[in-house]
Amino acid sequence: MIWKLLPDASSSAWETDGLLAGLTLVTGAVLLLVFWLMLVYAIRYRDDSPIDRGKIAEKTFRFEISWTIATLVIFFGLFVWGADLYARLSIPPKDADQIFVVAKQWMWKVEHPGGQKEINALHVPVNTPIELVMTSEDVIHDFFVPAFRIKRDVLPGQYETMWFTAELPGTYHLFCAQFCGTDHAAMIGQVVVQTQSDFANWLAQNGTSGTLAQQGAPLFIRYGCSGCHSGNGTVRAPSLAGLYGSPVPLSDGSVTTADDRYLRDAILQPKRQVVAGFDPVMPSFAGVIPEEDLIRLIAFIQSLSPERPR
Amino acid sequence: MSEDVAPHTHFQYADARHQADSAIAGMWLFLATEVLFFGGLILTWIFCRHWQPEGFTAGAHETVLWIGTTNLALLLTSSFVYALGQAAIEVGRVRMLVWCCALTAGIGVVFIGLKLLEWHIDLDEHLWPAAARFKLEGGEAAGGRLFWVFYFVATALHAVHMAIGIVAVAWIALRARRGDFGAHWHTPVTVVGLYWSFVDMVWVVLYPLIYVVGRLT
Amino acid sequence: MSQTVTATRALSYLEDGKTLRSWLLTTDHKRIAILYALSITVFFFIGGSAAALIRYNLITPEGALRSAETYNRLFTMHGVIMVWFFLVPAAPVTIGNFVIPLMIGARDLAFPKINLMSWYLFMAGGACALYALFAGGVDTGWTFYAPLSSNYAQGHVVAVVAGIFISGFSTIATGLNFVVTIHRLRAPGLTWYRLPVFIWSFYATSVIFLLATPVLAITLVLLSFERIFHVGVFDPRIGGDPLLFQHMFWFYSHPAVYIMVLPGMGIVSQIIPCFSRKELFGYKFVVWCSIAIAVIGFFVWGHHMFVSGQSPYASIVFSLLSYFVAVPSAIKVFNWLGTMHKGRIHFNAPMIYALGFVGLFTSGGLTGLFLAALAADVHLHDTYFVIAHFHFIMVGGMVSAYFAALHFWWPKITGRMYPETIARGAALLMFLGFNFTFLPQYILGYLGMPRRYHSYPPEFQVLNVLSSAGASILAAAYALPLFYLTWSLFRGERAPRNPWRATGLEWTTDSPPITKNFLVTPTVTSGPYDYNDPHTKLADV
Repeated sequence: MIWKLLPDASSSAWETDGLLAGLTLVTGAVLLLVFWLMLVYAIRYRDDSPIDRGKIAEKTFRFEISWTIATLVIFFGLFVWGADLYARLSIPPKDADQIFVVAKQWMWKVEHPGGQKEINALHVPVNTPIELVMTSEDVIHDFFVPAFRIKRDVLPGQYETMWFTAELPGTYHLFCAQFCGTDHAAMIGQVVVQTQSDFANWLAQNGTSGTLAQQGAPLFIRYGCSGCHSGNGTVRAPSLAGLYGSPVPLSDGSVTTADDRYLRDAILQPKRQVVAGFDPVMPSFAGVIPEEDLIRLIAFIQSLSPERPR
Repeated sequence: MSEDVAPHTHFQYADARHQADSAIAGMWLFLATEVLFFGGLILTWIFCRHWQPEGFTAGAHETVLWIGTTNLALLLTSSFVYALGQAAIEVGRVRMLVWCCALTAGIGVVFIGLKLLEWHIDLDEHLWPAAARFKLEGGEAAGGRLFWVFYFVATALHAVHMAIGIVAVAWIALRARRGDFGAHWHTPVTVVGLYWSFVDMVWVVLYPLIYVVGRLT
Repeated sequence: MSQTVTATRALSYLEDGKTLRSWLLTTDHKRIAILYALSITVFFFIGGSAAALIRYNLITPEGALRSAETYNRLFTMHGVIMVWFFLVPAAPVTIGNFVIPLMIGARDLAFPKINLMSWYLFMAGGACALYALFAGGVDTGWTFYAPLSSNYAQGHVVAVVAGIFISGFSTIATGLNFVVTIHRLRAPGLTWYRLPVFIWSFYATSVIFLLATPVLAITLVLLSFERIFHVGVFDPRIGGDPLLFQHMFWFYSHPAVYIMVLPGMGIVSQIIPCFSRKELFGYKFVVWCSIAIAVIGFFVWGHHMFVSGQSPYASIVFSLLSYFVAVPSAIKVFNWLGTMHKGRIHFNAPMIYALGFVGLFTSGGLTGLFLAALAADVHLHDTYFVIAHFHFIMVGGMVSAYFAALHFWWPKITGRMYPETIARGAALLMFLGFNFTFLPQYILGYLGMPRRYHSYPPEFQVLNVLSSAGASILAAAYALPLFYLTWSLFRGERAPRNPWRATGLEWTTDSPPITKNFLVTPTVTSGPYDYNDPHTKLADV
């Protein structure tokens, strides 16, 4: 049966299904009404029907106003329902675990914080909020998991995030939903939802050369970041300890939060958001640091904020 | 409506006045589409400047201010000259119209000549955005390239409009010399005038975006 | 509604000049409409063949065409041809071109030479696009998203884009002509509120032509620059923004949807009153709904970008506006039903097509509500649900309306009657085949099958095979009119001036009309849908 083909595998899936069911009911009712009226009129008022037409309504204003208001009210209700759910889906919970996704023609590369790597697959534990931080190395892709009822475009040159809580262990489709070139249809994979213990085993078996943050530490030196940001260089640069997740006052007077996007922009376009009280002397690393190294650097900077362990 | 219509009047119009008004209305509508066309271009300017403010500003500093300003003065003059011609034909002074058109087209040609010179200077200075050795380097290279993409697309599109305008004005001059226009009928003069003034106005908008805003910041 | 025209013998526009030259250099809006109709038909069948191959490919999960590259080029060709060389121009340049001057009592459009020029531009653009599509094709999808189209795709992107750019001039010329004509060339007494809804709809369509097309043009210029020189404003590697492309593209392409469907609404607003023998219900509401759709339609483009990385606040605003734009469409549907209420309904082929339009447009419009609901769109976006939704509006709705118009004005255009029985059969077959093809795609979309997939997981096969089976019925239904309408050109019964006893100035002149449309300029003294007079009873054909 159709509803068995697409399980409700995430916390938001049944809510989206509820919305879809509501929409189906409302639109189904309207559609039935329209087709029913068309059928009834077609039979009742066919030319050779002897029925007495009576007096034809002269004033149409009252009808117009009433069905305009009725549609407005129904549509507004549907809008609020859809927007409310969307707004909640847009804000990840504070304690979500981050997993990085890098897309390229035509594969998905997944990097867990512990350093585990996967291609065209994503292992996640059940009942744990997961936030995906995604970017693309070339064209626009789209990370689509029908069983979770979520998708998000993956853009080159910036981070897009999406979160979910898987609730049902199993293996589900992962599709690229944004046309990305020749092998678009082959850019598919699996999302494997495992119980906590299975997932821990999986992580242990695929453990590699250290966590992302550990891999990021030598990169921090190799790309020369430590020269200014470790506190003993000749150039005065803001300290990165405790930075992640904290508010950052900028030289133009505004305040932003040091999240993944901010760190990415600060590395690639340092002059756009200069920290208040510092000179704009940092060079841009755009085109210098590949996406996968950038993930490790950001993981390393995250690890400098111990109160937000990731 | 009578069946024998006035000369130049197509049969679907009641009279020459009816046709002239319609032609002018048509030109105004066409200019509305042009506004949207250049509007899209200006939107990209806003977007790019927002994403890459330093590089964009640095790019603007490399423009050749004197040529842009001279061209602005030339174009404003040309519209004035053309307007003189239009005023002349309304009282039937055909020779004056021919001279004004010739001068207008001449100024237009000088504009294009200066524009070619300007592009030449730009290319010499490695300001072609796709150049391997682009003049601006470091953090300003990316935004600078964006600015110069905008610059070349905008100036090239404007130059194409200018070229079409020059041909149209020359065509008006030739027709005027042939004696096609008089005080009673000169719709094409008005229609081409609208177009020429619009192309002029596009430059009035592009000029600050290209040469001025970047220098003020 | 107008004074009677004395019938002296004047040549019909079809007889006025028999040489090829007299056709290719004509400035007669009626002949240009015929030129357009022929070209559009060719494009429709080219785009349709691509669709047939797409459906053939999707019969098996691994893709019956084997090559993903071929498949990608096919759906791009299908989209480009159908959108820019059939759906956008179809109704305006053929039906509109022919009927608008007749309907408002004018002898031609305001700018006949520009009208002819627009056909040549259209053919030049079409040649450009066809060259590109046959010389190796393009694999970007009709949406040309950067940076795929600018830096990664193979194929003749610039040539296709140039073709679309040139054809854009053609639609701008048509829109400009219509707006000026409707403003300036109405017959004496034909005030705005005496204009048929058809005219209002085509007026709204033309305004969108004028205001949306130039934005597409500049977008395509910037895209071509980036494609040729590998540097541009949509390139994220130098800080450009691929989302800027999407914003600019949809600023055109969403209003373009209304370009496609507003003429359909105008067409059925003529046909339903005529075959219900009753005044259009709520005339002023229908009129202002057309205008409202055209205006609000410019502010909803962001609903194509709910999952694109656009700000969630922007998405919420676009979602609300998208619901607002659906209201006037709903009002129109109720008004058409109100027109049928207590009428004397005749089921001639145009009426069956028109009712097909109402049904399929309503279904398509209502599934649009799913896609406007933000959280639902997150799941359904870029799946077959979207494909089914817009095909219901475009193909189910617009193409039905186009056929309705073709049959309704066929006697006026050609001077011949089409064979009624077989035409009714074709109309019903089209409705059936259409639903058979596209209903399964809604379910496919819900199950998560993404669009533009050359191959797919095996569990989607049953529904895909169903859809392809329906497509073969639909193909047969589309081929039918080609045969019986061509047949009627030679063997059809001669049509009288007003075979449907319809109101409207176009029915007061000869069938086919004389070159200058009217011998004496008509004067209008009453409203557009004066069917309440018992003498205007339609004799059953």
